[in-house]
Amino acid sequence: MKDKELSKKYRDLDTLIVECMNDKLDRLPSSVGELGYLVSAENLIDCCMKLRDEPDLGFEVLVDVCGVDYLAYGYDEWHTEEASGAGFSRGVDRDPAAPKAEQGQRRADYEPPHRFAVVYHLLSVTHNRRLRLKVFCEDDKRPMVASVTGIWTSADWFEREAFDLFGILFRGHPDLRRLLTDYGFIGHPFRKDFPLIGNVEMRYDPEKGRVVYEPVRIEPRTLVPKVIRDDARYERDPKDAGDV
Amino acid sequence: MSEIQSFTLNFGPQHPAAHGVLRLVLEMDGEVIQRADPHVGLLHRATEKLAESKPFNQSIGYMDRLDYVSMMCNEHGYVLAIEKLLGIEPPIRAQYIRVMFDEITRILNHLMWLGSHGLDIGAMTMFLYCFREREDLMDCYEAVSGTRMHATYYRPGGVYRDLPERMPKYQSSSRRSEKNLARLNDDRRGNLLDFIERFTEKFPGRVDEYETLLTDNRIWKQRTVNIAVVSPERAMQLGFSGPMLRGSGVVWDLRKQQSYEVYDQLDFDIPVGVNGDCYDRYLVRMEEMRQSNRIIRQCVEWLRENPGPVILDDHKIAPPKRVEMKDDMESLIHHFKLFTEGYCVPEGEAYAAVEHPKGEFGCYLISDGSNKPYRLKIRAAGFAHMAAMNEMVAGHMLADVVAVIGTQDIVFGEIDR
Repeated sequence: MKDKELSKKYRDLDTLIVECMNDKLDRLPSSVGELGYLVSAENLIDCCMKLRDEPDLGFEVLVDVCGVDYLAYGYDEWHTEEASGAGFSRGVDRDPAAPKAEQGQRRADYEPPHRFAVVYHLLSVTHNRRLRLKVFCEDDKRPMVASVTGIWTSADWFEREAFDLFGILFRGHPDLRRLLTDYGFIGHPFRKDFPLIGNVEMRYDPEKGRVVYEPVRIEPRTLVPKVIRDDARYERDPKDAGDV
Repeated sequence: MSEIQSFTLNFGPQHPAAHGVLRLVLEMDGEVIQRADPHVGLLHRATEKLAESKPFNQSIGYMDRLDYVSMMCNEHGYVLAIEKLLGIEPPIRAQYIRVMFDEITRILNHLMWLGSHGLDIGAMTMFLYCFREREDLMDCYEAVSGTRMHATYYRPGGVYRDLPERMPKYQSSSRRSEKNLARLNDDRRGNLLDFIERFTEKFPGRVDEYETLLTDNRIWKQRTVNIAVVSPERAMQLGFSGPMLRGSGVVWDLRKQQSYEVYDQLDFDIPVGVNGDCYDRYLVRMEEMRQSNRIIRQCVEWLRENPGPVILDDHKIAPPKRVEMKDDMESLIHHFKLFTEGYCVPEGEAYAAVEHPKGEFGCYLISDGSNKPYRLKIRAAGFAHMAAMNEMVAGHMLADVVAVIGTQDIVFGEIDR
């Protein structure tokens, strides 16, 4: 992945942060010139505190918290290179829960070290700057990171959402309940091994006189297979635009 | 004497003032709220997961359905994120069109907010007046995209098509007199820009009308002044954005501070409140409508004089013209590939935010180099506002809950996603 050069404003911020944090943060390369850091789970709270309270940094707004499941990152469903020689197939694995590693090798440059990550987007209103923090959960089975609700109140619902949809646990969260899914929902729907069509469907049963849940009857299907084409990895030449 | 205990009250999800499907579990002490626990998610459609299962282009229509009263602004956030990753920039005319429609959308949104907020706390007339103006703006949507709400008009690399040369007219019918028909079609004789210009001429007067009804209205002030006061520090802690943040006196508007498209070339002001109560947020939004009107006028003027392309002429991203496809094999292939497989977006991640009528609408996009987003996270402004519900209503009366829901400008499409 190419790393675009930062603007001066963010180069200065980068120097500042490197000074403040003594190597607790690793800069993430960004193809669009956004400043982001990788932080280890144990340093998260310390770093966040500093980012908020250090007057020169002053990130007083937590804009967003986003869970990410890297299970299928870089695996395509349709290997286009062979297809051109060997003819086409639907090329789609109909079992979404199949382990992706068996489907071939990762075709992306970035190798995520663990399955789950939490991404924080910070904003400094005072200095008009944005920052991204990414933390990986070390345990894939029971992903957990510390909660930042004590630092930014707005993290409350964002973390509840990430818990609900990805099953990421936030240590120290005051009220970690499900937020968006149904009462009594089982599973974490935004995980990559959770089927798009879900596991249960519901209907009104006139005999029982109530709503019943049943295993889902529709079949999963893929209308457009996921492909990773090499052309996307080359830098686009502006001269090519419009060249039909 | 019997002891009075606190009790739990269930508000919604089918209360007319719940703005859709909000369920609030309120712990009451008499008529004073101790704690509010919002239960959201009844409109959760997993937009993000759906978007991850489709090529990039096919999710633009989902964005309209997030905050379904400010459709094009949602599209804008998503399209900007894709453009950022692809490293493309739309032609200047497309940028002006986008800005113009963003502001039309802002007025649409604020009118909807004003009408329903008014209706909720006792000013029924507002609802009727606001819908009258919304009708004209919906017609603008229809003229460019063919639909009144879910436009799917913004595309990566520009907008779907140029502004139409003529405005659709009302047809004669047995239930409509000739005189009435002529009156209805009076504004529609020219093209879309003429129609919008006519609208911007009369709209400030309409805002004055609304203000005569509300701004100094005793009942309106009793219901809004000093209700749900949020200090600037708390507003930032709670992740507020947009009018909710500005109502508390923080000067923060992405159109000015982190300008996108052509906002830096346009002249407009950012209104801010002083006290951070419902009344100040009302004043901020009213002034925003006037400022949006100003921006639209500047865009109309520019668009009249500067014809040009409205979408990139890059057929790897934007489809070729229908006419070209008829006799050019290459165009046909491009068209086919674009609408079946889509385009592969370079690996990387980007966060793009726009100043949505409700606050900061951000799209965080992770691409692994494939034709579908690997992860799309939509940061909806209303989500952070809704999360602050407990803090805003605690200690207030039950009737003030309705004022707070109104002032937060809640739309469940974007909160539940």
